[in-house]
Amino acid sequence: MTILFGIFLLTLLVITAMAIVKAKNLFVAVMLTGIASLLVAANFFLLDAADVALTEAAVGAGISTVLFLSALALTSDRERSRTKNRTMSLAVTIIATLVVIYATFDKPRFGSPEAPVHTHVAPWYLEKTPEYIDIPNVVTAVLGSYRGYDTLGEVFVVLTAGIGVLFLLGSGRVLAPAREERSGTTRLRHHLIQRVVGRLLIPFILLFGLYVQFHGEYGPGGGFQAGAIIAAAIILYSLIEGEDHALRVLPQKVLLGLMAGGAILYAGIGVIGMLLGGNFLDYSVLSSDPVKGQQLGILLIEAGVGITVTGTLLAIYHAFAARSS
Amino acid sequence: MQLLLDVISWVLLTLGGIAVLVGGIGALRMPDLYTRMHAVSVTDSLGAILVLTGIMFQAGLSLATIKLIAILLFLLLTSPTASNALASAALIAGTKPLDEPDGGNTGAGR
Repeated sequence: MTILFGIFLLTLLVITAMAIVKAKNLFVAVMLTGIASLLVAANFFLLDAADVALTEAAVGAGISTVLFLSALALTSDRERSRTKNRTMSLAVTIIATLVVIYATFDKPRFGSPEAPVHTHVAPWYLEKTPEYIDIPNVVTAVLGSYRGYDTLGEVFVVLTAGIGVLFLLGSGRVLAPAREERSGTTRLRHHLIQRVVGRLLIPFILLFGLYVQFHGEYGPGGGFQAGAIIAAAIILYSLIEGEDHALRVLPQKVLLGLMAGGAILYAGIGVIGMLLGGNFLDYSVLSSDPVKGQQLGILLIEAGVGITVTGTLLAIYHAFAARSS
Repeated sequence: MQLLLDVISWVLLTLGGIAVLVGGIGALRMPDLYTRMHAVSVTDSLGAILVLTGIMFQAGLSLATIKLIAILLFLLLTSPTASNALASAALIAGTKPLDEPDGGNTGAGR
């Protein structure tokens, strides 16, 4: 049954990808990208990768669609006519496809217990997590503790990407007081139903974001997903009430502080571990009980991840919105 | 008892599937944006209610049912709102609803 569903979803994914390539209208392409992300998320969930599925749904189908749309507001929504050199790109595509197909011959059978991924470190993680960290969600243990360096790198990638976008677009400080008065009536301000429902839902979305953030040790979730969900709630707020209201709640300066602060919090936990006599990002020394120390460390670094992701996504969104209005 | 719950659940799930399918056919067959949206948004809400209630009967009295109720409430609030937003956005962008060619006298003309 899983195989059947998987094949169905992957077929839909291929159709969606074809449609994205064929779409001349970039608005349509963005919407199809969101659908593709949702299909991928469903497929991840089918493969029991609930954490990845949640991330893909929140970031791929949710936030990145919004960011693409705000980028489209800066450009035209029509694709420029394609380049002349089509044989070249066709050849590259065919060769790449053949290489990928050839590579799949070496892959283990789907779900095979002898697959390298199941024989290398995964059994150790599954066996030792209750002893060393004692949290039910092993994914969070791997992500936060065993592979803490990688996650730290990811947080800095997010931070760097945010800084890059802000350098390109300007950090939205063009928000002069003159604009503020004029834009009081823009966006969805006249749409009563959307405003009422949106206002009703925003607290619950924020609450769900916090749940995903702090429940990450027990179920699917964690900083990345929670950051995206909280950012989505605040983007919804700024769509309903207008850009300026959202910037009054969380000014751009605060967002920049959050971006850097989360990454510093994460790296700072590592340094504190060093000062207490452990290795960098070794949380065992944070408390007298090593297991408690690990749990505390994971909680704090997940908070750092969430803060950076929220700050970065919102700063990028506001930068786009400030340019387009 | 268990059999009865199963039967109720599967009837609801099937009806929900039919509702969504009808909506899908409507989205493909209707003549313009507004009628298409009407087809999808109405049947989608109905389908969500039926399917989620069907799953609730499968889950029984457990935490999962409470989560399903939360999902149902969320969908019932957001999905019509999204349809409304889409329709008003289309209207603002200048998409005219399709009128009857002869002024709408015949009613079932098309």
